[in-house]
Amino acid sequence: MELSEHIKTANVEDVTLRRPFHPALRGTLCVTSHHLLFSDGKDEASWQLLILLKNIDAIEKSVEILFGYPRAVGSSGTITIKCKDLLVLQLEIPGMEECLNIASSIEALSSLESVTEMYPFFYRPSHLTLSGPWGLSSMEQYYKQTERLWDRWRISTVNSDYSVCLSYPSAVIVPREVDDDMLIRSARFRQGGRFPVLSYCHHRNGMVIMRSSQPLTGANKKSCKEDELLLRAVIDGSKLGYIIDLRSAQQAQQARMTGGGFESKSCYSDWKRFHRHHERGKVVQESLIKLVEACSDPSHSVDRWLSKLENSKWLSHVHSALCTAGLVVECVERDGHSVLVHGSEGTDNTLLVSSLAQLILDPASRTVTGFLCLLEREWIQAGHPFQQRCAHSAYSHARLKQECPSFLLLLDCVWQVWRQFPLALEFSEALLLRLAQEVYASNYGTFLCNSEQERCAAGVKENTHCLFQSLLRPDIEEQYLNPLYEPTDLVIWPSVHPQSLQLWTGLFLRWTEYAQNMEEAREEVWSIVKEHREQAGPDRTNNMLSTHCDTLTPFENLMDELTIL
Amino acid sequence: MEHIRTPKVEQVKLLDRFSNKSVTGTLHLTATHLIFVESNSTSAQEIWILHHHIASVEKLSLTTSGCPLLIQCRNFRLVHFVIPRERDCHDIYSSLLRLLRPVSYDELYAFSYNPKQNDQQREEGWQLIDLAAEFERMGVPCDQWQLTDVNREYKVCKTYPRDLYVPITASKPIIVGSSKFRSKGRFPVLTYFYQEKKAAVCRCSQPLSGFSARCLEDEHMLQAISKANHNSRYIYVMDTRPKLNALANRAAGKGYENEDNYSNIRFQFVGIENIHVMRGSLQKLLEVVGTRSLSMTDYLVGLENSGWLRHIKAIMDAAIFLAKAVTVEGASVLVHCSDGWDRTAQVCALGSLLMDPYYRTIKGFMVLIEKDWISFGHKFADRCDQLNIDPKEVSPIFTQFLECVWQLTEQFPQAFEFSEWFLIQIHEHVHSCQFGNFLGNSQRQREDLQLKERTYSLWAHLLNEKQNYLNPVYSPSFAESHPVLEPSTQAYHFKFWRNMYHQYDRSMHPRQSILKHVLTLKDSNRELEGTVQALKTKLQKFGVRTSPLKPQTPPRERSIAPRPQSLILGAPLLSRKEVQQEEDEEVFGEEAREDAPASTGGERTVEGSSATENGYGEVMGSFGSKNEPGVVTLEFGVARMSC
Repeated sequence: MELSEHIKTANVEDVTLRRPFHPALRGTLCVTSHHLLFSDGKDEASWQLLILLKNIDAIEKSVEILFGYPRAVGSSGTITIKCKDLLVLQLEIPGMEECLNIASSIEALSSLESVTEMYPFFYRPSHLTLSGPWGLSSMEQYYKQTERLWDRWRISTVNSDYSVCLSYPSAVIVPREVDDDMLIRSARFRQGGRFPVLSYCHHRNGMVIMRSSQPLTGANKKSCKEDELLLRAVIDGSKLGYIIDLRSAQQAQQARMTGGGFESKSCYSDWKRFHRHHERGKVVQESLIKLVEACSDPSHSVDRWLSKLENSKWLSHVHSALCTAGLVVECVERDGHSVLVHGSEGTDNTLLVSSLAQLILDPASRTVTGFLCLLEREWIQAGHPFQQRCAHSAYSHARLKQECPSFLLLLDCVWQVWRQFPLALEFSEALLLRLAQEVYASNYGTFLCNSEQERCAAGVKENTHCLFQSLLRPDIEEQYLNPLYEPTDLVIWPSVHPQSLQLWTGLFLRWTEYAQNMEEAREEVWSIVKEHREQAGPDRTNNMLSTHCDTLTPFENLMDELTIL
Repeated sequence: MEHIRTPKVEQVKLLDRFSNKSVTGTLHLTATHLIFVESNSTSAQEIWILHHHIASVEKLSLTTSGCPLLIQCRNFRLVHFVIPRERDCHDIYSSLLRLLRPVSYDELYAFSYNPKQNDQQREEGWQLIDLAAEFERMGVPCDQWQLTDVNREYKVCKTYPRDLYVPITASKPIIVGSSKFRSKGRFPVLTYFYQEKKAAVCRCSQPLSGFSARCLEDEHMLQAISKANHNSRYIYVMDTRPKLNALANRAAGKGYENEDNYSNIRFQFVGIENIHVMRGSLQKLLEVVGTRSLSMTDYLVGLENSGWLRHIKAIMDAAIFLAKAVTVEGASVLVHCSDGWDRTAQVCALGSLLMDPYYRTIKGFMVLIEKDWISFGHKFADRCDQLNIDPKEVSPIFTQFLECVWQLTEQFPQAFEFSEWFLIQIHEHVHSCQFGNFLGNSQRQREDLQLKERTYSLWAHLLNEKQNYLNPVYSPSFAESHPVLEPSTQAYHFKFWRNMYHQYDRSMHPRQSILKHVLTLKDSNRELEGTVQALKTKLQKFGVRTSPLKPQTPPRERSIAPRPQSLILGAPLLSRKEVQQEEDEEVFGEEAREDAPASTGGERTVEGSSATENGYGEVMGSFGSKNEPGVVTLEFGVARMSC
């Protein structure tokens, strides 16, 4: 079925648009295969509103029928559109039929399942070309750039045809002394074939963070020699490594009943295991739903708000993610040992913890480029199933399937770190907000599909543009820079006391007045910094002198004369 | 001094409140301070605690390492010492017990504090705030409001100031009659005049109406207030208490205005709880946030159960109601509670702050406190426990006011000239008894104590350090476009004020402060501008007088002047020499010491933190076998950045 067949009514006149901070507007509404457009007709060229249909999370319609009028004249309908970026807007549409048509078109077109029908495959801005490499960096490039890896680590292409692990990229970094055969065997012992691979090598002491999925020990305590050898090769002679299991000890035990399990002390004698309970999947998605609901609660009671905030548990998830990331950092930096992180599948919390730990440890990942590379490596290439996880957001009434806002949780945690170290990150909150939006609905192909393999099959790299590349274009990048950035080489230990963590108002209260005041204050900070840069640029004294030089010259001559006299 | 039995104890351990860390040092007891000096010579932190700041001292049961002494301060600092010998501990304990219970005003620090100013400077300090000038600024006296001398000798009301403003039509007999019908004689007087609409904010105490009593003079008084405002036919009477409390008061012959007896009033209950509820609420709040390894759930549940933010919001709601009535409806408002010195002060002060941008400046805020709190007789001595008279009288009423202001600064980051550090500093000194301003319960008592002759004014001290309290993003043009603040009362705007209640818990704070950084940038901008100006003048000099030019020395390569690293944010760190002045500034751990040379070297330290104090998991105890070398903590504990 062609996309356009979903569109029964393409244009409606005399529609009233209501949205936060703007006066109600009257104009023309238009539905296309991928967008909802609204124009007030004053300026043909400029749209007042342009929303990707994919951004629409839920749509509610209410139809008013005025009795005594002929149907077509007296009826009108209101559509409430709730977007995945948490914007809520209302459209009053004259004519009941038009209203229902528009609503059903939006419903159908906003929940397309086929990747190649999605907008990134049609997005062709004039300033971007499809030729050239896609993405910021590949695993091979990362390996080449990271000299400290060369000695003990190698690139393995055992997964080049995605046969060993469907969700891994074609190249992974593994210990040099482990051959591909061993990797294949280890992969068979790990859920989804996600055998332990290198995630980060600490620049200070060469210790590493590895990640994987759970071992398939099962009820009868199977073991796998190759997996053990692989891990032994990771710590290479040192007598200790830490396994951070992102499930409680009890959950890990229970996982054995369904074929999963954990690394037992008897088989992995050099490794010490910690269990940290992290909620996953549905529970976290429901937290997001509850939190967003709490944020739009019209009652002004503090008690109710606090109780709803608590009840959503969102901040508890943020808290535990930061705690565990802190623990990983402690193991690597302070205790000087390598760490293996995994939960069950190794595609959600595992990535959350490993990437947060890197942000805390590694100054290189705190720049705009570094951060985007980190996301590319640890989320996109590492096979976080974006398409499943971000199918719906907080407003959707659809039954939950695989949705889970793991990536949003990461952004929130990064925001918390930024709040505690406002000078240490090169990027600003704006970048985090942009990413929070793009991950759910985007013009770019970056967050499409669930793994490298799927992206290859769908031809994402050939047919879409890369978000990260476009964010790094100098004119774009500037708006995401943190004016106060001052690089620091040190580990930025975040405080994880509940009192130190806050609701990410920039995201969750984005469409309130509050956000506007903050925005103005931020601009003021920017202007102070700019003023400072102008006055105190690297060659400020020269500048200052040179600006006066012209006026100075005649006097200098005069002065020379005087001194001669 | 005779109370001090052991002036010095060595080998005392100071335990960190939220982690297992501890440092060893020497404890000194002086007549005014308890001082802890860390013995580690390279990073000796010092903690100065003023006796007046100590709320309670507790001796816990003996442990193997010594005798624990728990000291809780009114500025929310909590220190936990372990003293090796029980006898020393007992000596310190009993000396402190005596020292922190001064028996008379003369024992308060303010009477011995000497900032090395001469009498003239001191007098000038006291003259900084002039309330008569403030009323003039509001446009009073005017054709409807006049200054009355009825209380010149404190005869009508002992707790009011001498100068009071009343409607022109309120004659002396009416005033005196009304005052007899009001609790503690606190009859309705003007506190703020909204010139634009000629609407007045008046304050008083509850009427002694009981179940049916009336007072014609009081009814006349309200009528007079109403008549003074031609814009509105009615006035609002705001009873800031919950209705139940007001009803209960009727049984004691007090109560509230009966709308039938007063013409043209609109009566309104607001529902702010009394001092006892507030005291209990703060206690609960502090208990929750003082818990070690607190979970997010317990934190939020505890925050809710303490009710603290609910009370803050109730005060804010009342102030917003007041501001709306005055600025939108143009109606005059009479505010009272029971005695008219707690809730009434909160609501009037906060309401005025919403209406008048002047009160959002540093000087204006001082005036506001001087007017609505000090002069109208908020009982600072009782509420802040200056003389330990009655624990039931103690209550964080003024703290709540400061917190309300802070909540506003969070909503309107550009509206205030001062930063939160200013509020925290005021809070510090309300309890320090170092300056005369807040001593005693009323103006009359302050005069009896001859405070202006014998003590110094806080306002002069704060104005001297003004630079440290500035809000870098303050925008006067914002004040022009928003003369009246209209804060949102959405519940999510009410946040826990970490920097107040965890002021001394270093590990809680953001490691890097935007405020401090931007202030530093602004300072440096100013300096550079100065240099440019200097160069320009020099150039001009060439033009006019042909004096020989000194060799152009390029301006000194300046790195940004480092902002001293003290408590938090832009807090001032006083010079070491001014120990007398340095009231009880804590210098933080290794970082701060590390910082000391940095503050001259043009390098700024960023508080990093050691992993231990963050407690990412109890598990770290299981690293136990590996002794953590002190150096390591230090190295990781300090994140250095140069500008």
